[in-house]
Formats: sequence, C-alpha cells, structure tokens
Amino acid sequence: MPQIEERKGIGRTVAIVLLVVFTVIYLFPLFYVVNTSFRPWAQIKEYPPKLMFEPSIGSYIRIFTARTGFPPNDQPTQAEVEEMEWYERIVYKGTNEQIVRMGDLPKRYMNSLVIVLLSTGITIILGTLAAYGFSRFKVKGKDDWLFFILSTRMIPPVVVVIPVFLLYRNIGLNDTHIGLILLYTAFNVSFAVWVMKGFLDEIPIEYEEAAMVDGYSRFEAFRKIVLPQAVTGIAATAVFCFIFAWNEYAFAFLLTRNTAQTVPAWLPYQMGVLGYDWGAAAAGSVLFLIPAMVFTILLRKHLVRGISFGAVRK
Amino acid sequence: MNSTKNLNTVNFNPMRDVNLVRWFVMPTIILLIAINIFPLLWSLILSFTQYSAKMRTEWGVNPEAIGVGNYLRLLGDPDIWTKFITTGKYVIMSVGGEMVLGFGLALLLQTKFKGRELISTLLVLPMTMSPVIVGLMWKLFMDPNWGMFNYVLGLGRIDWAQNPDINLYSIVIVDIWMWTPFVMLLSMAGLSAVPKSLYEAAEVDRASWWSKFINITLPTCYPLLLIALIFRVMEAFKIFDLPMGFVGRGTSAPPLLATQLYTETFLTWKTSYGAALGYIMLIIIIAITSVLIKYLNQAKQ
Repeated sequence: MPQIEERKGIGRTVAIVLLVVFTVIYLFPLFYVVNTSFRPWAQIKEYPPKLMFEPSIGSYIRIFTARTGFPPNDQPTQAEVEEMEWYERIVYKGTNEQIVRMGDLPKRYMNSLVIVLLSTGITIILGTLAAYGFSRFKVKGKDDWLFFILSTRMIPPVVVVIPVFLLYRNIGLNDTHIGLILLYTAFNVSFAVWVMKGFLDEIPIEYEEAAMVDGYSRFEAFRKIVLPQAVTGIAATAVFCFIFAWNEYAFAFLLTRNTAQTVPAWLPYQMGVLGYDWGAAAAGSVLFLIPAMVFTILLRKHLVRGISFGAVRK
Repeated sequence: MNSTKNLNTVNFNPMRDVNLVRWFVMPTIILLIAINIFPLLWSLILSFTQYSAKMRTEWGVNPEAIGVGNYLRLLGDPDIWTKFITTGKYVIMSVGGEMVLGFGLALLLQTKFKGRELISTLLVLPMTMSPVIVGLMWKLFMDPNWGMFNYVLGLGRIDWAQNPDINLYSIVIVDIWMWTPFVMLLSMAGLSAVPKSLYEAAEVDRASWWSKFINITLPTCYPLLLIALIFRVMEAFKIFDLPMGFVGRGTSAPPLLATQLYTETFLTWKTSYGAALGYIMLIIIIAITSVLIKYLNQAKQ
C-alpha cells in the first residue's frame, strides 16, 4: 500500500477542493467530445456553442453510413418520410440526405480489432517465452540482449517506416493485415519481454525445480507451473499491448490505404459531401476511445509498472 | 534450500538447457532483426544514395551511391536549424510543463480522502487515448468558429490549429494535457516510496514543509522523475501523430522533425534524403537518452 502523508485541517480541504476543480476542468475536453457526438446536426456549428440541447443519435447513424443528398426536384413526400425506417428519418431530418449503403466505420473498426487482437496474441506468446528464457536460463550476454530488445522500441516509427514501406512494396505486404500485424508484434514484443520478465522474476523458481524433480520436462514445468501463476502478469501485459497497437497511427497511416486501414488512420480524413462532419467524427472518436478507456480502468493497479516498462514495481 | 540446489545440479543437464533456451528466446530475436534491424540497416544504406521511392527499383537494382551528400545537404540547409530549434522548444516546453504539473498533482494526491482513487483514475484517462484522436478532439474543441475553448475563455476567434504563429504552442498545450498523467503516476509511485520515518525524524527537528520537500521528498523521488523525463523526452522528440491529428498535413503545420521527415519522404518522395534525416534524429535521441540514463545510474547508486 502506498504510504500517504496525513494532511490535516485547512491544508487538506484546500488540496481536495483544488483536486476536484482541476479534475473537472481537465476532463472537460473529453466531456465536450461526448457532448458533441449527441448534438443535432443543426447545432454542431452553432455559435455561441451550447452544452444543453435535445440529444440526437444522428451523428452515430452518420458515422455508420454513406449518404447522398436528395436531388432538389425529387424531395421525399410527407408520406414517404412517414414510410422511412427510424434511422433514415433521423438522417433525413438532420442533413436532408438518404442512406445509400453501410459506411466505412464497421470495416475500419473490424480491421483495428483483427489486427490488434492477433498481434497482441502473437506478442504475448513470443514475449512470454523470451521473458521466461531470460528470467530462468543463463544466457550469454543477457543484459546486452535485453538492452538490444529495448532499444528497438526507441527507434522513431517514422524512421523505420521508410524501408518497411519499400520492403512491403516489394513483397506485396503494403495495405495488408499481415503487414500491420507483423509490425505491431515487433513493436510491442520488446515491451512484453521487459514487463513479463519482471512478473516472472517474482515467481519463485523453487516450484519449477520441484516439479522437474518430479519428472516434468522444462517445457511442462513452464506450462503447468509457471503459466498459471503468471496469468495476472500476462493479462496486464496483453492489455497494454492492446492499447499501444489500438492507438498506433504512423504505421497504419503510411502503410495502409483501404483494405487493412485501421480507425486512427481513417477517422481524421473522412470527408462527407457536406465537408468534414464533426458530429460524426466525435461519434467515431467516442466509439474508438471506449475500449482503451475500459482497459485503462481495469489496469489501474498495473499502470505504473506498464508505463515504465517494468522498471517500477510496487 | 540446500537440498534443492544439490538436486538441481544432479538432475539438470546444463547443456540441454543451453539448447533449450534458443526455443524460448530466438523467435523474438528473429522477429526483431527482420522487422526492426534489417529495415534500419537498409535505411542507413539508402541515406548514402540518391534514391526516390518513385523510382520503382526492383531487388538488386542499386540506386546511385553519393556518399555523405545527403547529410551535407541536410546540415547545410538553413531550414534544418529552424526544425531542430522548433523541436527543441517543443520538447522543453511540453516536457517541462508535464513534469511540473504532474509532480504537483502527485503532491496534492498525497492527501487521504474518499474518492482519491477515483480522481487519480479519471486523471489518467487522457494518457491511454490515441494521440491522433486526441489531436482531432482538441481541433474540434479549439475550433475558431464554434469551439468551446475560445468561448469559455472569452478569447474571440483565435485559430489555434491553423495559425502558424501559435499552433506550436497549441500542440504543447495538448501534449501537456495528454501526458501530465504519465508524470503524475510515476511521481505517485516515487512519493509512496518515501519512508515515513524520515518525515517523523524531520518533524522532531521542526523542519519546515519546504526543507522537508527539498531534503527528503525530492531526493527520494529523483530516480523516478528521471525515468519519467527520459520516456517523455524520447516521445516528445519524435512527436508525429498528435500534430497530424491537430493540424493535419497542410503547410501551416509547425516544422517539427518527424512531420518534416514525413513530408520529405512521402509527399515530395526524397526517400534517401528522408532516410538521412531519420538517422540524424536517431543519433540525437540516442545521445540525449544515454546522457539521461547516465544520470539515472548515478542516482540509483
């Protein structure tokens, strides 16, 4: 448990008030985006901006759909409007458009999920194995290897991306899921090795030794004795890898165009017929931010350890 | 304990383990060499040639080698110094702000109260969001025509994102907003490690709050603050996604090194020139971090 210096009297009250006020101001931009995502179309570009209005899910419908305007000489009649599905009516009453097909968001979101989940899975398998190797075996030049692994993470993505772009172009991996999965795995595995090694170092070696005396092979001991005890560590590391890959922009932006494009590479650049649709962008941002936020809250206890690459253990 | 050790030497053939360790470690090393080291070497070779990715060279076709030409051109370009200075200013302002604010918040959070856990969790949220989406969010928030930022502060119609005179500072504000929690979390870990007995001893000596802060709190937190500083400087130096989300690809983007590298390589297709710039960035990052790591190692002793 962290030790907290007991603050008393007026100092305590001032500290609490400052913290609460600061937190409210601090989270206001976040609130504003959620607020904007529920704003009716007509009020998005209104000045002065209002925080209170009749909430509408129009923006969420627009981010999920592709639309065109009704031609001026073919506006729907009153009866036709009555006939519309509820989501069509919301769009019509907002932007005076008709839905032509499903938009790009579902596909981009699926791309993000598939790429990030697969790469996280592979990262965890490779990272846990390597971390176990470094934690339990005598490896020649162990510190140098570990430093080498860490240093690959320091390279700015924009530096690596030039030759990766050329390499991928030659072997046909540009704009493919596999291309991004490989990159994200390589990008995260160094992190996974460092953090997992910390978790594994904390598991007493005696259990495995006892198991191996009982006739377990090294790999069986790893699988049946170490892994069950490392589950928390593995889960925490996996969640971190998920967040890093989920948020990644540079590789996704420069190496994908369409087939394998992920949400961060796409959301800032989707223009509708009516210009950049801020309501839809806010709705898309909210949908995109939710997974990472939920994970952050679940991760609370391990956050410090993760962000310091395992350097700080509580 | 002793008996396990004896069993250990009897039962485990060290040679078998040496062979086994490869299976654990090698897949990771191979992946890193293929995806990180190989491209990096390729990039190094490219930086000594005249090559544009538009020249669709196939395998084995070598672009013309021009030695250190790209590097000389880069360092002779008066604009490059503007880029270095802009990036340096950016790193100092944003990381400086984050260190002060983050440590300050951690000090305030040294108060026991209901909701302390909730507040620290809420404050951490911006840090785990995607920087490009954070940039986009703040672009909306700071919009000159309908954004809430100008309106609440009564600032009129300042164009924070597109005005090239001020958008560097706007990005600094967003960066500070996003990464202050990072410093705060590490500072909180540092503060929780300060032994209570030290404060109690200082209490007996009737030391002032300030002298306790200078003599006890700061020195104990110093290593963790340095770790925070190292991570933040590294990240801020190569900042790319935040300005891309906030300003976009336009010409009004502030001349930061990473965005510049993107422009040279992917918009004007001066690939080998971009590779040389990338290498200069890499060398600077390595230099700065090794100095900071040296301080960290001194502090740990």
